[in-house]
Amino acid sequence: MLAYLSIIVTAIFINNIVFAQFLGICPFLGVSKKISSALGMGAAVTFVITLATVVAWLLQTYVLNPLNLQFLQTIVFILVIAFLVQLLEIVMKKITPALYQALGVFLPLITTNCAVLGVAILVIQKNFNLLESVVYGLSTSIGFTLALWVFAGIREQLDLTVAMPRGMRGVPIALICAGVLAMAFMGFSGIKIG
Amino acid sequence: MEKYWKIFYNGIIPGNPVFVLLLGMCATLGTTSSAMNGLMMGVATAAVLVCSNLVISLIKNLVPDKVRIPAFIVVIATFVTVLQLVVNAWLPALNASLGIFIPLIVVNCILLGRAEAFASKNGIVASLLDGLGAGVGFTFALVLLGASRELLGTGRLFGAMIYPEDYGMLLFVLAPGAFIALGYLIAIVNKIRKVS
Repeated sequence: MLAYLSIIVTAIFINNIVFAQFLGICPFLGVSKKISSALGMGAAVTFVITLATVVAWLLQTYVLNPLNLQFLQTIVFILVIAFLVQLLEIVMKKITPALYQALGVFLPLITTNCAVLGVAILVIQKNFNLLESVVYGLSTSIGFTLALWVFAGIREQLDLTVAMPRGMRGVPIALICAGVLAMAFMGFSGIKIG
Repeated sequence: MEKYWKIFYNGIIPGNPVFVLLLGMCATLGTTSSAMNGLMMGVATAAVLVCSNLVISLIKNLVPDKVRIPAFIVVIATFVTVLQLVVNAWLPALNASLGIFIPLIVVNCILLGRAEAFASKNGIVASLLDGLGAGVGFTFALVLLGASRELLGTGRLFGAMIYPEDYGMLLFVLAPGAFIALGYLIAIVNKIRKVS
């Protein structure tokens, strides 16, 4: 039980996917201008990461390993992810057209979100079993959503600030804020469980 | 001749993937803890970019429009797999320092971006030069960021000491420094672009 708790806390806070591992930066910078779309993006990414991790783990364990085809890992995983994102797009278009509109081009871009492929590969590298993989995938995406949510809140306030050098506006100041946030997240690194 | 030079040059300064287009941020931030790491990552990405641009421009008329994106991704993933095997065999040290970012070249937006925006519409020579230009531009950005972080963080440049390490700000080698250094570099580039 303690092992799972450790995986959860590590993935969300200590080794946060955005601030410590630098994965998923594109949507982190791209969809973090409004809190509502940030949360929608977080939910979509959570769905894709969790599902992709399970499918990738099963494929690796029951297809690639027995057949000695480990070198095909990258190609197989990216195709699985592309397929899942396409599925999600069709489902969201039917169920929540408003959110589908809000996410726009960033929805198909989940395919090229390195967090998804990154988690799928990390789970294999860390030799997790299936349950551990699911827990890791889910808590990593919660960490991603948390990062996106906090950052979107900051950026909404930043937009109201007018007194800023012109060159710093937009992405540069957002990156520096992200750096300060990452510094705050470094404070979690002392936590030990078990 | 001038046309080709323009295509090549466009990827380096006016359309720099990192500073202007803001693509490939994960690799940019994750692999630039030193100038050497940045250079290695840039060269690896550029190699894949040139190969994938070349092949995609060769097959652009054979691939139906509807499945072009998956087809491009498979081409890119194939070259990344080749690179992974080469690095594993001959450069194990590089594999250790770049880690997961080598397979993650597949999801670097620059590759799919150049494939979709350029290689799928242009001839072989132009696509090759476009890939080379964007690759050199990416490498340039990574080396610049890696060098600034290494210099500020440890007082070294490509491993050679510039000033004693005790005066360095370790923060710049750690995660937060990556965001902050890139933020200031982009701000400087913005400033220069507005002036000229």
